[in-house]
Amino acid sequence: MTETAKTSFRSEEQFLKVTRSRRNVAWSGIGALVVVVVLFLFPYYVGPGTTGIMVQGLIVLTLASMWNLLAGYAGLVSVGQQAFFGLGAYFVLIPAMHGVTPWAGLFIAAIGAGVVALPLWWLVARLRLGYFAIATWVLAEVVMLVIEQISSVGGGTGMPLPGLSGMDPAVLTAYTYWAALIVAVLAIGGVYLLLRSKVGLTLTAIRDDERAARSSGVRVGLARMGVFIAAAAGCGAAGGVLAIEQLQVVPGTSGGVFSVQWTAEMAFAVIIGGIGTIEGPILGTIVYMVLQQTLQSYNAWYLIVLGIVAIAVALFARRGLWGTVDERFNIRLFPVGYHLWAPGESRRRRRPAVPAAS
Amino acid sequence: MAWVNAIIQGLLTGGLYALFACGLSLMFGVMKVVNLAHGDLAVVAGYIGVGIIAVTHVPVLWSIPIVVVLMAVLGYVLQRSLLEAAISRGELTTLIVTFGLSIIIENGLQQFFTANSRGLGVGDSFVTASFSIGSQITIAYLPLGIFILAIIVLLGLQLFMTRSKYGRLIRAVADDREAAQLSGADYRHVFGIAAAIAFGTVAIAGIADGMTTTLSPTIGTDTILLFAFASVVIGGLGSLWGTLLGGVVLGVAQAIGAQINPSYETLAGYAVFLLVLVIRPQGLVSQGAQS
Amino acid sequence: MSGNRQETGAPLLDVRDLVVHHGQLRALSGISLTVYPGEVYALIGANGAGKSTLLRTIAGLHHPTSGSVSYAGQDVTGMRPEKRAAAGIVMVPEGRRLFPSLTLEENLKVGGSYARKGPWNIDRVYELFPWMTERRGQKTAQMSGGEQQSVAIGRALVANPRVLLLDELSLGLAPVIVQRIYAMLPQVLESGITVLLVEQDVSQALRVATHLQCLLEGHTTLEGTPAEVTREQVEDAYFGAGSVTQAELSPHTPPDPDGQRSNALWPGLTPSSRAC
Repeated sequence: MTETAKTSFRSEEQFLKVTRSRRNVAWSGIGALVVVVVLFLFPYYVGPGTTGIMVQGLIVLTLASMWNLLAGYAGLVSVGQQAFFGLGAYFVLIPAMHGVTPWAGLFIAAIGAGVVALPLWWLVARLRLGYFAIATWVLAEVVMLVIEQISSVGGGTGMPLPGLSGMDPAVLTAYTYWAALIVAVLAIGGVYLLLRSKVGLTLTAIRDDERAARSSGVRVGLARMGVFIAAAAGCGAAGGVLAIEQLQVVPGTSGGVFSVQWTAEMAFAVIIGGIGTIEGPILGTIVYMVLQQTLQSYNAWYLIVLGIVAIAVALFARRGLWGTVDERFNIRLFPVGYHLWAPGESRRRRRPAVPAAS
Repeated sequence: MAWVNAIIQGLLTGGLYALFACGLSLMFGVMKVVNLAHGDLAVVAGYIGVGIIAVTHVPVLWSIPIVVVLMAVLGYVLQRSLLEAAISRGELTTLIVTFGLSIIIENGLQQFFTANSRGLGVGDSFVTASFSIGSQITIAYLPLGIFILAIIVLLGLQLFMTRSKYGRLIRAVADDREAAQLSGADYRHVFGIAAAIAFGTVAIAGIADGMTTTLSPTIGTDTILLFAFASVVIGGLGSLWGTLLGGVVLGVAQAIGAQINPSYETLAGYAVFLLVLVIRPQGLVSQGAQS
Repeated sequence: MSGNRQETGAPLLDVRDLVVHHGQLRALSGISLTVYPGEVYALIGANGAGKSTLLRTIAGLHHPTSGSVSYAGQDVTGMRPEKRAAAGIVMVPEGRRLFPSLTLEENLKVGGSYARKGPWNIDRVYELFPWMTERRGQKTAQMSGGEQQSVAIGRALVANPRVLLLDELSLGLAPVIVQRIYAMLPQVLESGITVLLVEQDVSQALRVATHLQCLLEGHTTLEGTPAEVTREQVEDAYFGAGSVTQAELSPHTPPDPDGQRSNALWPGLTPSSRAC
């Protein structure tokens, strides 16, 4: 997986190498694979209680990666992602009610949420940052209110999820866990690939200087729309996983799938973990899970603490946990930038010659 | 005639929505801050009102000035500390901070008051009392009173903004912060005053809402914030009276929706909101410059 | 002649070795200037020379990397701009920067919000610019450039400054209008105000200034009175044509009696270096 010179050009008789990362990417690639394999084997040696907690964590991880993509890379602060999260759940429920297995429903959830994102984007695309945020919140409310009108899917009270009743509970737990894991891995992997692609470069350009990007011909609006739809799909898939995990879909703003609390959790996880980095949401989700488990008996306290920590981080350590680590030690597990090798620079050098583009 | 009554009711509810909206509009117009905790602060004010009445047994209307002063002070302090720090770090940070505040307040209220609702007992007779025009039209006193209160507040705000020294300073700082500094104004202090005023109106809104419906921790966002935002968008930013118009349109739309089917009430309002967003995003009363 | 400055009393404004950065770009490299009460001190130079940056730093809108600004004997280098304005350093910013949502009179009123005691008030500004009385209730956005400039000056005067900073008054205005605006300068000075101005129009500056300094790329290239400097010297200082690098020269160089440093850039400093 080592990426050697993709580009090289002469400059005063010296070749300047441009690579993806200073360090050998092979190691982090293998490392990631190892982690995923270990996680995959969890159900074989870990009890169902822990697996259930892991599923929750994986759901939040997926959501956090999506929110990070939106806010950290596309500059879109959405407080309405719960719309797609809830829709995803319903896009698993409805096919299940017609005989489609929920596992396949996950794909429908992702695609369906992405499709719905299109008209919604059109509604809010022109709004400035703060207004965009509240408008997404309104949209989420609207989506919820519309769904609550449809009595065939349970209206305001919700509906149990059919299609999985025959399964052995332990097997069901394992399958749910694996589904959650696959969704999370695909989400993070998808974000990684997206950011390494041309779209990723576009986003970085927009993030650094929007006006300059626009005047260079960068299709700002298109890139943002793409991100919005992709994030919706990711949140939709996560919602589908939740439906499977809870074996029911309940709308409503307090604890239901359309609750803004989901957005709060994903947003705070991203802020604390480190916005604008792929590693950040992972770290943030871990923090969130730890907090949730320790404060669980105190009901909503974990959200309060999470909120306080998020505010503190946003004010005093803006780059979040990972961002601070990244700054100090310059580690990237997921290299999406470029490194320009100065002539004579070796892999051992501590600091890059040019700061990585992301 | 049920329709006429419904529309009148919706019209009067617009006054309440205008009260919801003017604080939000003020903070955005002056400091460019979209306060996501806006609605929750109104609920806090309502709960403070409940608490004061429970302790001191003053009549409801007396609690208004007390809560307004308390919230105004809170607004100044919050602006000078938290919000000022957030604003200097950018819009994203400001959104996170106000969003965080919203979540903290909502969950905090839930912890302390559980999810039960509390009403600002105005006395049942007042809540349901109404008078009639002719034989068909009934107007309830409470919504009418709140509507009049809204007009008074908006008038007061307008007078303050146009006639007083600080009103001028607030407008000047909103126009051009640096130029205002060159004239001797500490914009941080002026922002604080603006926040205090905004929080004061939020207090009135919270108490009015507590009188109309019952308070609960989640209505901060569910109704207050989102309805305020919808009113501002429909009416158009930059005009206090536009906000009243927006509130009225929202209220009437909801009333009509409710007439068709009670569960359509909120949706009907948002439908109009979305319509305005698409057709005329600058609002019905569009102005070039911000007020 | 320039040696007489010390006799007018203590300096009102004393800037020492000011270094100012815009991010990584060095805008001012060790600028010093002293303004005595009653003077009209002009800063000239091409675009980007650093004149406005200097004025803004004196007003408090920029923080210097090093150096000091003293006002009436007090070090104000760390003082916030609004405090400086209230203390008597009032700037008319480049581009006028009127408050668009306020009327003419409201603009003036804002200017007077934190005014010092003194001879200037709104009525006196109306005397200075009589056309304002009938248009006091109008929004300023519709007014011409010259009118807006007058309002901006009026807004500053109402604060009763001791030092009035004028940043590029002539910007975007026709020469006739510019002259008319500068015509109010004597009345301003009469009321005891000292003026420090930035002006790209060199002839205009030379007409009103009692003392001047020319900047080029953040360095001082010329300093003296209009009577002492020749047109050529000004041109050289303005555009930087000269056989000696100005980086080595400091504005406070003591006079060179041997005439060894007889380059075109520094003749105005001492009478002895000129052929009288």
